[in-house]
Amino acid sequence: MEIPRHWRLKQQRYALVGEVCPHCDAKIFPPRDVCPECGGEAKEAYNFSGKGEVYSFTRMSDGPAGFEEQAPYTVALVKLAEGPVVTAQLTDLGDARVEIGMPVEMVTRRIRQDGDERGMIVYGYKFRPVLR
Amino acid sequence: MSDIVITGVGQVLVGEHWDVSIRQLAARAILAAIKDAGGQKPEAVYIANELGSSLSRQANLGALLTSDCGLEDVEGTTIEAAGASGGATLRTAYLALRSGLVDSALVVGVEKITDVVGPGVDKAIAETLDTDYEGMLGVTPTALAAILMKRYMHDYSVAHTAFADHPVAATAHGVGNPNAMYRRAITCEVYEKAEPVCDPMNLHDIASYADGAAALLLTRRDLVRKDFKHSLVRVSGSAVVTDRLSLHDRPDPLAFEAAGAAIARACRQAGILPGDVDVLELDDAFSIYPVLSIEAAGFAPRGKGTTWLKDTVERGKPALASMGGMKARGNPLAAAGVYQAVEAVLQLRGEAGGCQVRGARKALIECLGGAAATAAAHVLEIIP
Repeated sequence: MEIPRHWRLKQQRYALVGEVCPHCDAKIFPPRDVCPECGGEAKEAYNFSGKGEVYSFTRMSDGPAGFEEQAPYTVALVKLAEGPVVTAQLTDLGDARVEIGMPVEMVTRRIRQDGDERGMIVYGYKFRPVLR
Repeated sequence: MSDIVITGVGQVLVGEHWDVSIRQLAARAILAAIKDAGGQKPEAVYIANELGSSLSRQANLGALLTSDCGLEDVEGTTIEAAGASGGATLRTAYLALRSGLVDSALVVGVEKITDVVGPGVDKAIAETLDTDYEGMLGVTPTALAAILMKRYMHDYSVAHTAFADHPVAATAHGVGNPNAMYRRAITCEVYEKAEPVCDPMNLHDIASYADGAAALLLTRRDLVRKDFKHSLVRVSGSAVVTDRLSLHDRPDPLAFEAAGAAIARACRQAGILPGDVDVLELDDAFSIYPVLSIEAAGFAPRGKGTTWLKDTVERGKPALASMGGMKARGNPLAAAGVYQAVEAVLQLRGEAGGCQVRGARKALIECLGGAAATAAAHVLEIIP
């Protein structure tokens, strides 16, 4: 697997680090060079709270290569409390019935693993129902 | 400037061609289009292909596919825009001809899916998403279509059954298309009872990915002999529009803005309204796509797309998925948009056989890369 590619995303994958636009104060995730709200230059790091709610979701009965063993699993668009929407897997669902609008929070989980037993394990964000 | 016209079309049966390679698939479509155009050879070859590098481990198709079918001393390049590749490639040929620097151009869409089977295909197709923030998390275009469909059903209180009309009509039309992968009509009941895949989508909400190749030969009208053997089809509108790649980056994921803009631009250029066409080929890779496209194009208000599709199927004008759409013909990704153009040409020439739409004079075709991250639209008209 492509080690530099995952290494350079570690702040986003492990800590949901995005950006805040110095011009219009928009919170941005994933980070990028240009603010999607105002078009200004964006580069100031911003730590998202990891809280959000489910915009929509689906349960995949089959996964693409690298994810076959995890299937079935649930993926969702999660609207973060700060505004941006992030695509992620839902986890720790237990018997919980997933619904649009359900409050969720970010956790760090194993995302995938090389088929090879000596291969790299990729960790990153997933979202679970908010613990009450 | 003289009109850009389509003088030849070629296509192969869409399906699982285990015994045929990407080069053979393309050659069959190319040679058929050249033959249909009366032997006219192109100066430039524009290739629509998405998965050659990942599934066939073959790049530089421009050189491979042209030399393999005896086209020497031409320019050949590949254009990739995921599922919109076919439309984007037609657009490239159109621009080249309009520029005056190229006098004849061949568009060939080719996709070879079955060199790989199983989860590897889904992985390759997921590379059309944002790999860092979607693909690497186990998401696929199918899952994202399901996410859209679920939100749509939630926001507008629409039941799953309401999406049946387009796939039911498409499969009925596919029966008459000898190049369609599936030639059996499904009923609403069959649609509703199909095996679940990604809730709320089932097997019949999804067009099957399959091998295919289709080709078009284009030139300027003033270069065509007066006694040319068949009617000419004019490309009267052409547009490609891109949106933010990821659904999570769009303010309103259910608004297929690129699709709406591409259709509006192509129709404005052609001097028509979208509702003026006789044949309407929408991207139906997933059953939510045509619903969102027709709402974006202004055929129906937001939330009323399924009702409009139902009424339009009953009325028969414009004819939807007249040769089966992706649902029945199959979805050869980058080639799909070229198949749409080939089918529209056959309809306009009156050569669509068992699928013929009577009196078809204008067609609007639309193909999408991802969930309308890229949208291509073209208006084709018969020259009387």
